Amino acid sequence: MNELLTVEKVSVRYGELEAVRGVSLSLKPGETLGLVGESGCGKSSLGRAILALEPVAAGRVAFEGRDVTGLKGAALKQFRRQAQMVFQDPFGSLNPRMSVGAAIEEVLYVHGIGGSRAARRGRAVALFEDVGLNPDWLSRYPHEFSGGQRQRIGIARALALEPKLLVADEPVSALDVSVQADIIQLLKRIQRERGLAYLFIGHDLAVVREMSNRIAVMFKGEIVETGTADQVCDQPQHDYTQKLLSAVPDIDKALA
Amino acid sequence: MTICTARPLVDVQGLEVHFGPVSDPVRAVDGVDFRIFPGEIVALVGESGSGKSISALALAKLVPEPAGRIAGGSVTFQTLEVFKLKGSELRKLRGARIAYIFQEPATSLNPVFTVGWQIGEALRLHRKGVKVKTEVEKLLADVGLPNPARTAKAYPHELSGGMQQRAMIAMALACNPDLLVADEPTTALDVTVQKQILDLLVELRKTRGLSILLITHNLGIVAHVADRVYVMNNGKIVESGETKTVLRTPQHDYTKKLLKAVPRLHKTNE
Repeated sequence: MNELLTVEKVSVRYGELEAVRGVSLSLKPGETLGLVGESGCGKSSLGRAILALEPVAAGRVAFEGRDVTGLKGAALKQFRRQAQMVFQDPFGSLNPRMSVGAAIEEVLYVHGIGGSRAARRGRAVALFEDVGLNPDWLSRYPHEFSGGQRQRIGIARALALEPKLLVADEPVSALDVSVQADIIQLLKRIQRERGLAYLFIGHDLAVVREMSNRIAVMFKGEIVETGTADQVCDQPQHDYTQKLLSAVPDIDKALA
Repeated sequence: MTICTARPLVDVQGLEVHFGPVSDPVRAVDGVDFRIFPGEIVALVGESGSGKSISALALAKLVPEPAGRIAGGSVTFQTLEVFKLKGSELRKLRGARIAYIFQEPATSLNPVFTVGWQIGEALRLHRKGVKVKTEVEKLLADVGLPNPARTAKAYPHELSGGMQQRAMIAMALACNPDLLVADEPTTALDVTVQKQILDLLVELRKTRGLSILLITHNLGIVAHVADRVYVMNNGKIVESGETKTVLRTPQHDYTKKLLKAVPRLHKTNE
């Protein structure tokens, strides 16, 4: 199958600091690639660079075979319809003074889809239902929702443009485990129904495994190991992967 | 099952904490009993809003008033009836006997004072006559911070999240408390740093004989560090017992639900 996303030797720099060092990876349509590593390893920078939210210092990002590195203006906007982001802190990524319905409708308006105002509201209602929220709440403000509900809103907004790729940066790290499990199930269902691909970024290998077909382990700006989720978690090759695995508070290990 | 014959360090009986109008209160904590024995790590587990943090705050009569109020029950700390304490007696209990650490070390630390000054503040208040600088550096070394003399002079923003939490623990230990209440101490941290902080807590229990009340929503963490566990839901304790017993053979549906929610590293044949 053709790759949806190809990242070739991408580097991201902040002044002297090289946060991402010549990373290559690829993602097929409908697939989930987990990107796992500690704070500061460069995983978020890489995710942001793929979506052109961070400048790429070297290397190339291709989406459906087309080079999308350094896109600007209308071409960038066109690309963003295909590839969207879900953030860790949905509260921080929602405007506190805008109703959540307006936040979703704005995305449609900016991209010129949905036609009339009534049609855009209709799409927002459908999106809300799709992520398991009551459409009567569209007129409410972000502070009126719980953390898990806000993440559902973040997902609904990311889905508004019907993208083919979602980059999800620690989408469940700030949530209670039971809410975490609900959001993981939601993301899996949406993927089955819509066939979209995920780049799922996280620091907890148990969570990343739950979501991913394949996993790439990132350490100090480089990918040190890639493989199927089973390979990476059951037969880790790199010392750092083993360290990450041993840090997970695994119930089965503790009770063994 | 081991039978503990020692006196409990903390004995909570029928604790009730209410919020909102007296006529129609929200019963955040609704008749809760639990005990912590000396040197024990006890976990209080539940989701956001279950009442676990408020129960822990009530141990030192720290329920935010007038929004909330202790509506019933008792907390006995060693021989002290906590809810009958006033003024200076209460201040001696807080900080000196019971210390707290929270989820966000960055918001608990004052950004405009050095870490060393903030740890020293507790010493100056509760342990007069102690050589503050020496003691601060010793505490920083005890919690595994490298180069204590330099760390003491650092401001909170100069430390990573894990180092900030270690500094908070040093501050909590400054007065040799008997009980450390750790409210989601690792939720904001990476798993690798989380493991280091949990290992540190277990070590402090061993080296200092510290009792720890660990509040968390993650049963994986409970499985690794707690001797006993209380599962809390909607202001009530629904299940309790030795950690391994509760997690291997959960009785209550809510405990089973929490267990199912924990992501597993290795697939089991169900």
